[in-house]
Amino acid sequence: MNKELRRVSVLLLAMFLALCASTTVIQVVQQEQLQADSRNTRTLYASFSVERGPILAGDTVIAQSVPSGDEYKYQRVYPQGELYAPVTGYFTIHGENTGLEGSLNDYLSGRANQQFLDRLNAILTGQNPRGATVQTTIDPVVQQAAWDALGGLQGAVIAIEPSTGRILAMVSTPSFDPNLLAGHNQPTVIENYDKLLAADGDPLINRTIGGALNPPGSTFKLVVASAALQSGDYTPESQLPNPQSLTLPGTSTTITNSEGGACGGGETVSVADALRYSCNIPYAELGGALGYDAVDEQARAYGFEDAFAVPMKVTPSVFPEPESDAQLMLQSFGQGNDRVTPFQMAMVSASIANGGQLMRPNLVERISAPDLSVLEQFEPEMYNRAISSGVAASMTQMMVANVASGAASNARISGVDVAGKTGTAQNGTNQPHTLWFTGFAPATDPKVAVAVVVENGGGQGQSGFGNTIAAPIAKKVIEAVLNR
Amino acid sequence: MTAPHTTAIGRPDAGGGAPITTTIRIRLRTPARLRNLELLLLLVALGVGASAIALVDLGALGELDGAMLTLAALPAGLVLVLHVVERVVAPEGDPFVVPIATALTGLGIAMIHRLDIAEGYEGWSAYAVRQAVWATIAIVLAITGLVLVRNHRVLQRYRYIAMFLGILLLLLPVVPVIGETGANADVWVRIGFFSFQPGEFAKILLAVFFAGYLVTARDSLSMVGRSFLGLRLPRARDLGPILVVWVLSMGVIVIQKDLGTALLYFGLFLVMLYVATGRGSWILIGLALFAAGGWLATRMLPYVQGRFANWLDAFNPEIYDREGGSYQLVQGIFGLADGGLIGTGLGQGRPDIVPLAESDYIIASLGEELGLIGLFAILSLYLIFVARGFRIGVAGQDDFGRLLAVGLSFVVGLQVFIVIGGVTRIIPLTGLTTPFLAAGGSSLVANWIIVALLLRLSDAVRQQPHAVVESGGAA
Repeated sequence: MNKELRRVSVLLLAMFLALCASTTVIQVVQQEQLQADSRNTRTLYASFSVERGPILAGDTVIAQSVPSGDEYKYQRVYPQGELYAPVTGYFTIHGENTGLEGSLNDYLSGRANQQFLDRLNAILTGQNPRGATVQTTIDPVVQQAAWDALGGLQGAVIAIEPSTGRILAMVSTPSFDPNLLAGHNQPTVIENYDKLLAADGDPLINRTIGGALNPPGSTFKLVVASAALQSGDYTPESQLPNPQSLTLPGTSTTITNSEGGACGGGETVSVADALRYSCNIPYAELGGALGYDAVDEQARAYGFEDAFAVPMKVTPSVFPEPESDAQLMLQSFGQGNDRVTPFQMAMVSASIANGGQLMRPNLVERISAPDLSVLEQFEPEMYNRAISSGVAASMTQMMVANVASGAASNARISGVDVAGKTGTAQNGTNQPHTLWFTGFAPATDPKVAVAVVVENGGGQGQSGFGNTIAAPIAKKVIEAVLNR
Repeated sequence: MTAPHTTAIGRPDAGGGAPITTTIRIRLRTPARLRNLELLLLLVALGVGASAIALVDLGALGELDGAMLTLAALPAGLVLVLHVVERVVAPEGDPFVVPIATALTGLGIAMIHRLDIAEGYEGWSAYAVRQAVWATIAIVLAITGLVLVRNHRVLQRYRYIAMFLGILLLLLPVVPVIGETGANADVWVRIGFFSFQPGEFAKILLAVFFAGYLVTARDSLSMVGRSFLGLRLPRARDLGPILVVWVLSMGVIVIQKDLGTALLYFGLFLVMLYVATGRGSWILIGLALFAAGGWLATRMLPYVQGRFANWLDAFNPEIYDREGGSYQLVQGIFGLADGGLIGTGLGQGRPDIVPLAESDYIIASLGEELGLIGLFAILSLYLIFVARGFRIGVAGQDDFGRLLAVGLSFVVGLQVFIVIGGVTRIIPLTGLTTPFLAAGGSSLVANWIIVALLLRLSDAVRQQPHAVVESGGAA
């Protein structure tokens, strides 16, 4: 009987060891994976119950947690919701968090690795854990100016400090009120979300870094001009063919310059003048002569095709490989399959403004723990040397002329040299244009690089132009920076 | 006390060659020593329970609301009464079982109290209040049992009555009028205001019956039969009992839709049969029978199929979302994962998200708030409890007592495995209660009766002269 008992004891011990193993697997081995499961409401409650850190722009609080008195303990509040929605995103019980609320969730909720000791300390002392404070690089004055300048138009503005990459303004319209999605009543939140999802102009999309990208139009000529100068085969004075119209090779498609007619009076036109008057034909010829690889290499040097994180993920802008020479020529003045974000076009201007060095753009100045110790501090970092300083100087000159005596006249500011380039991109036969401006100022000592996009023709169908609608917006944003 | 005596005290079965005088001296000294040890452990167990309840108050309410603590003093006081009664009627009873049962019952009350706070239950509708009252009743019944049953061999006489009562209790839930159809399994009986789970009591009665029956029948079950491939196969007519129990278990599965109870009874019978006869072939036959029955059940019974699907593919969104799907299982696992190594702390987690957190899922609740460390501690307590029962099985003199002790302690261990194994996906989830911890009067009363029986059996072991221990152990 004792022999059997020993065997049964071994069986029982094995059963208990199996229980030890299964609990260990769940509670330790698979813990992170289980906590990350979207059906795990505990993680949600936990992330709501910590006093989430605030998000600041300058001294302005743009997101903060206040005691809510319900089971989630805290309510997230966005004091100027619509204005800062592209920056903050929203913190919601329904689905994914967006904006900084999403990409810096670990810091804001106190779960980042650097906060481990604080978390442990909070457990030991019985205090409620608190999340870190995120100080953004956004300048509230510039942000407000960009918002006001866009008015009711559908579009986006981004402003970058060229020497550091700090993002000073990030506005996308129409916007939404994140407070609508931060509530604790799930049916209401879902209803609000569905409404916003169905609303005109896709308010939930941050157009500065994503959404359905727009063709860059003539602003892309900056890339082609850079490629030409960078190649060493061209100078700003190099002459390009200047016909009144051009039938693209292998097709019956004819292209013209936007004003019709030739670009200036001569048989040929210089690279600089063709940019100043924003002529399509010379740049189509220039792009065709340089070839796809050269232009593509330049585009990538400016950040095309790369996924940036600011820390939100940025949709890469594209200059896709054309199927034919005709396509390449179309793409060389920003039509065809080119698709870009304002973020990308601002980086082009910022590179030129910064002597050819592209600084990696970022939205976060500092992340600090509740005890004010700094967890992360923004350090300017070079992404790439996009062009040589000589080419940058030439490009600056051409862009200043473009504003001073060319097609971007509405960005002029008295007493300040503004460098800029407009764009008016076609979207199809009867579709309204997309209007662009990108540039920087002051040309001699650049403080800000901007990109403005206005979609839907700025409400004027095919009769609006980059210079008439986008350039004045950029001007106001630049003024806001320079007047500080 | 001198050193040689101390050696003999810890191992009563080792002193066979000692002079009579030594034995007498030990018998005079040991009871007080065992009971003093029990008192010490009991105070620790009560301390654990009381601090758990206090921590729940502090963690979930933020202040010490003494109401639950005051109420829990009632069963705590009665456990001390039980201790005093033991000094009189079972002075040599095992010193570990009562402290372990007390600690587990206390932890259970604390966690149920914690869930009451989360759900907002107060007064008589609070599960913890009822649990404390049930604990009081359970301990009173344990004391009564210990006083009434002075010699466990009496039970052997009533083995067939125990069988009939056991089967009757099993069948009660399906009797019209009084049977209650619960969420899944039909394991409840309601008479007037009083509802209970008869299965919890049936397991004790069946253990008594199995022990009594196997002691008398084991010779024919183990000696006769042909040898085949190294196994001694039983005669066809000796297959009767195992077939009866198998049919009974299958009946529980089919009629009551209770997989866990069936597994519990069949496992209990199989182990007792094996221990009594020493024949491995019984285990093989039993497992084959149960596997065949289980396979048939999965093919023919939709609810069993559902349980298996929930078990094997718990995280599949389709199975997770459907009625009777794996929602509870998965949420329990999320709770455990949230607890991690050290737990969220009592009153700090969200165990109330899981349905039936206070009964079927109390172990997930405890795992969430006490962490892996807490679960290991609880598992260790169960393991020691079962080991104490097996110890009686090893050291006992009469085979009925030995078998009964093994059966009663094994059934507790098996039930723990079936419940926690179900919660942690080792086996399909079935609706059994976690002994001592889970909310529910029937379970609490039944398990405290097991405590009383183990006390009685262990007392009987030590009351015997050592010479008898030696001869009795040869069976």
